Amino acid sequence: MSEKTTNQKAWLLVAPVVILVAFNALIPLMTVVNYSVQETFGDNVFFWEGMKWFEDVLHSERFHASLLRQLSFTGIILAIEVPLGVAIALTMPKKGPWVSVCLVLMALPLLIPWNVVGAMWNIFALPDIGLLGKMINGLGIDYNFTQQPMAAWFTTILMDVWHWTSLVVLLAYAGLCSIPDAYYQAARIDGASRWAVFRFIQLPKMKRVLTIAVLLRFMDSFMIYTEPFVLTGGGPGNTTTFLSIDLVKIALGQFDLGPAAAMSLIYFLIILLLSWIFYTLMMRNEEQ
Amino acid sequence: MKSFKWLAPTLYILFLMLPIYWLVTMSFKTTNEILGGFSLWPQEFTIANYVTIFTDPSWYIGYLNSITYVTINTIISVSVALPAAYAFSRYRFLGDKHLFFWLLTNRMAPPAVFALPFFQLYSAVGLFDTPIAVALAHALFNVPLAVWILEGFMSGVPKELDETAFIDGYSFWRFFIKIFIPTIAAGIGVAMFFCFMFSWVELLLAKTLTSVDAKPIAAIMTKTASTSGYELGLLAAAGTLTIIPGAFVIWFVRHNIAKGFALGRV
Repeated sequence: MSEKTTNQKAWLLVAPVVILVAFNALIPLMTVVNYSVQETFGDNVFFWEGMKWFEDVLHSERFHASLLRQLSFTGIILAIEVPLGVAIALTMPKKGPWVSVCLVLMALPLLIPWNVVGAMWNIFALPDIGLLGKMINGLGIDYNFTQQPMAAWFTTILMDVWHWTSLVVLLAYAGLCSIPDAYYQAARIDGASRWAVFRFIQLPKMKRVLTIAVLLRFMDSFMIYTEPFVLTGGGPGNTTTFLSIDLVKIALGQFDLGPAAAMSLIYFLIILLLSWIFYTLMMRNEEQ
Repeated sequence: MKSFKWLAPTLYILFLMLPIYWLVTMSFKTTNEILGGFSLWPQEFTIANYVTIFTDPSWYIGYLNSITYVTINTIISVSVALPAAYAFSRYRFLGDKHLFFWLLTNRMAPPAVFALPFFQLYSAVGLFDTPIAVALAHALFNVPLAVWILEGFMSGVPKELDETAFIDGYSFWRFFIKIFIPTIAAGIGVAMFFCFMFSWVELLLAKTLTSVDAKPIAAIMTKTASTSGYELGLLAAAGTLTIIPGAFVIWFVRHNIAKGFALGRV
């Protein structure tokens, strides 16, 4: 790739994007910052509170519990979706009429509105009228995701695997398709094992797209709201109340704007920090 | 070993289709049948649920609202992202890397954080309950994504193309519109697909920024489900109809979809 030239006029080309995103990002962000340091009793009367809300949130057991649930959820779905996605991409046909069929069918869950995903899984998993619920109970396992925390977690994770594994498949598949046939021929001549082909040819080629996959899946699962909210409503009890669900409960349910704003900022900072780590790793790979 | 390779994708696709099958089946059942017992296939096949949706304006208006803001969002996002992506892929300028990362941070902002401030912002500027409010709000995460995808596709175009055109006497905008945009048409298609996708599936912001006139179909569904009791058949039919536009657009980008998910860089 040829070198980039230095040209400060390029700012003019970027300006529309900067204005649009700044309007959407900076004004709301300042509103949140504003709330996070004040107390209000309505009627637009505010009192300075300083860092109080931040200390409250950081020391609240409720926040710790939601954060722990969020981290476990994200960890589990990454551990399932990434290896599963790679495995399916490896077995997909490389050419022929089936490729389009596979890609279109696999991409389908990604384009369903998120509350429809939640509603669909709700009626799919209900123990009395749902196909999945009936099947599991038919196997002799007592399953009711509206009452059992374990079943609720199982259903939420299965729903996310259903919803998003295809993203990893498509990314890994794009990486695999970029490997020239000559590499495989060379490996065959050398008598390389299936594992060696994967380890030294396919995996390095997929490294870049897999980083994108992990980054996207990390961000989106950390922000998940609609699907579990529609599926379980955060229950039973609080067992599937993830960070966003908890935040909306505090902000729009209880209208505790100060604590909600402080929690928003802490929440956003956690995502930024972790994403920045992924991003730096990704850029380092690219420079090599 | 080789002959069983088709098994894994087939089982995976079956797993993907099962909940969709259940939703579609349910949409053809009467509410009595859904609540009355368990059946794999509609016993009394009915299209009454679909008839309700297509004849009752409070239902079908929701589809029109959703399609309106999704279209506006896609057009706005891609048209502002095009020149910006060109700048990022071709030039080095003051603060370019920081700006790019700042744009990406907006893709990482949880909608739950922005729901309430967005409500206040768009109420203050008088856009609340219009499709434009939702379209602009969705630009928060779609513009960075469009820039990212387009930049990936543009970096794959050799710089010699630009240089030759400028030597031939093309002005910048003439080159950009006449030569460059047709060259990366596939990338633009993919970027539009992604803007469509994320605007279509998002609900939290769309619901917060609308009340009556611009309510998206997905929000109408939730409301109906909770107020008028347990009309599962109707809910299932409305859900089934939201899958169709998605399936339709995937078909158009099927050849580039894998590359698109890799943000143009493979």
